Amino acid sequence: MGWAIALHGGAGDIPLSLPPELRLPREASLRHCLDVGIAALKAHKHPLDVVELVVRELENHPHFNAGKGSVLTSSGTVEMEASIMDGQTKRCGAVSGLSTVVNAVSLARLVMEKTPHIYLGFHGAEAFAREQGVETADPSYFVTPENIERLKQAQEANRVQIDYTQPIKKEPNVAAAARIPNGDSQIGTVGCVAVDSEGNLASATSTGGLVNKMAGRIGDSPIIGAGTYANHICAVSATGKGEAMIRGTVARDVAAVMEFKGLSLKEAAAYVIGQVPPGNAGLVAVSSTGETPRCTILPECFVLLPVKMDIQRFPYGIFQLK
Amino acid sequence: MGGWAIAVHGGAGVDPNLPKERQEEAKRLLTRCLHIGISALRSNLPAIDVVELVVRELETDPLFNSGRGSALTEKGTVEMEASIMDGPKRRCGAVSGLTTVKNPVSLARLVMDKTPHSYLAFAGAEEFARKQGVELVDNDYFITEDNVGMLKLAKEANSILFDYRIPTLGTCGGGAAMESPIQMNGLPISVYAPETVGCVVVDKEGRCAAATSTGGLMNKMTGRIGDSPLIGSGTYACDLVGVSCTGEGEAIIRSTLAREVAAVMEYKGLSLHEAVDYVIKYRLDEGKAGLIAVSKNGEVACGFNTTGMFRGCATEDGFMEVGVW
Repeated sequence: MGWAIALHGGAGDIPLSLPPELRLPREASLRHCLDVGIAALKAHKHPLDVVELVVRELENHPHFNAGKGSVLTSSGTVEMEASIMDGQTKRCGAVSGLSTVVNAVSLARLVMEKTPHIYLGFHGAEAFAREQGVETADPSYFVTPENIERLKQAQEANRVQIDYTQPIKKEPNVAAAARIPNGDSQIGTVGCVAVDSEGNLASATSTGGLVNKMAGRIGDSPIIGAGTYANHICAVSATGKGEAMIRGTVARDVAAVMEFKGLSLKEAAAYVIGQVPPGNAGLVAVSSTGETPRCTILPECFVLLPVKMDIQRFPYGIFQLK
Repeated sequence: MGGWAIAVHGGAGVDPNLPKERQEEAKRLLTRCLHIGISALRSNLPAIDVVELVVRELETDPLFNSGRGSALTEKGTVEMEASIMDGPKRRCGAVSGLTTVKNPVSLARLVMDKTPHSYLAFAGAEEFARKQGVELVDNDYFITEDNVGMLKLAKEANSILFDYRIPTLGTCGGGAAMESPIQMNGLPISVYAPETVGCVVVDKEGRCAAATSTGGLMNKMTGRIGDSPLIGSGTYACDLVGVSCTGEGEAIIRSTLAREVAAVMEYKGLSLHEAVDYVIKYRLDEGKAGLIAVSKNGEVACGFNTTGMFRGCATEDGFMEVGVW
């Protein structure tokens, strides 16, 4: 059967015309993270370890809206959230409202493994992080100049955005930036799904949320069934407009239609995405049922994914569907 | 078929040794809430307004674990959460980590109606509450003597138990209260007092709505979020059905219980009663929980795999029932 892995750096109507100076560093980052994941799978690491590892890498890269590089709340602060789920046992962990924890996904894993709970938020989560001795940093560590600029644009346009904006050129013409059809920015929530050769599945998602969000706003990424889901059938990590994904229970529904309607992974993903208003959601998923394609991404996900053929050769590519 | 229907709950998982007087008190409260809901339905209030109204009543009464009478965190404070969902268009709102908001379900409604978001928590939610001018009180207001005592027992129980599954057999200071071997979430049922509250309604137009509210798990870590504010887990409503769950939060989240009922109806074509039975029997694994649900056709159902669930339901054709076991 073999393993498979897919990861994403966000969805949301990324124009195909994304300028190279923005696209190339992200591609390079995704490629790097993918390599990390592949190496781990080849070393027979459990998918739960693999997705955590990959998402940590994505959090550390400042190009994506997670960990360092997270978008800012309306107060100019960072509030990060993440969740992780093990398909075999359906154990899960989630965190929200983190401001100093370098790797939210790892704290989510600790909630899953070291507490009788599933989800910790805000001051309670931060206190737990300190108890556990995880790596923390000053809140300013997570803030990048690009995100300060994005917040400024959003506040001027008085809009809450999915974190995709036009490239931050040094042009003083805010109106040009605001002319983007839906004002969405071009960096995204991150996530990873993986399945090993035994059919064990896992999923993890991490994010800084929406540009200019209200302090305390929780999106879909830490919500089991919305942004993240894994069971014995498939693993899903979704991204896009959190509110739409919460009401659409997107991640859960992919598995549900596979199970209850007998759809294939690809059909299931297409079906579920079709239920959400266009441009609002994308996802990556892998299944344990050995079907091909093993992975599916929809619809404008900036993602790298390989399908394992054999140990020697694994094709992978960047998908920017329209 | 058709017509309105309403169900309320005050938690799944009842101590078999619960004093009769307390059971009667609970039934009286559930009955009162049903009547409030029925009045509202007869006045043609839409389902979403009815569920909010009823859950407010449950929060205000100190009997169950929501609003006043909420379970206490390990620090002896109260942190409340709630969610509400409107079946048509599946609009939703949720809040967590509230410490001064008198009616969490109403704040959840405001999140749904007045913000571009679905879920606000902790300091951000409290700030939003202040700006909206909702009724705020000191954290002390929510704390009852009963629960202070329960917290103490829970801490004692935790210091004895090494493993969730080992039954206690009355070996600690709790005396008779600890004799039941039934446990939920690692605590003896006499102490755990799950008593989350919820309401589901379908109105005359066939619109479904659901709302759930709680103080959460006794002796929980501060910052712990359970299933009640999570759309798809503790609460769910769509065109077909409205669902509110209660019980072991972690089990409900893991099984996305509320969504599950709707999913098997939607994707497998099960009826409301079949869906509720199926989900309780097959989707909870080792978890203990219960739920109430209404369908757009005016049906009402409840299911639980726990010892008892405080619940009440009524339909337009005159059916009414309140129960514990």
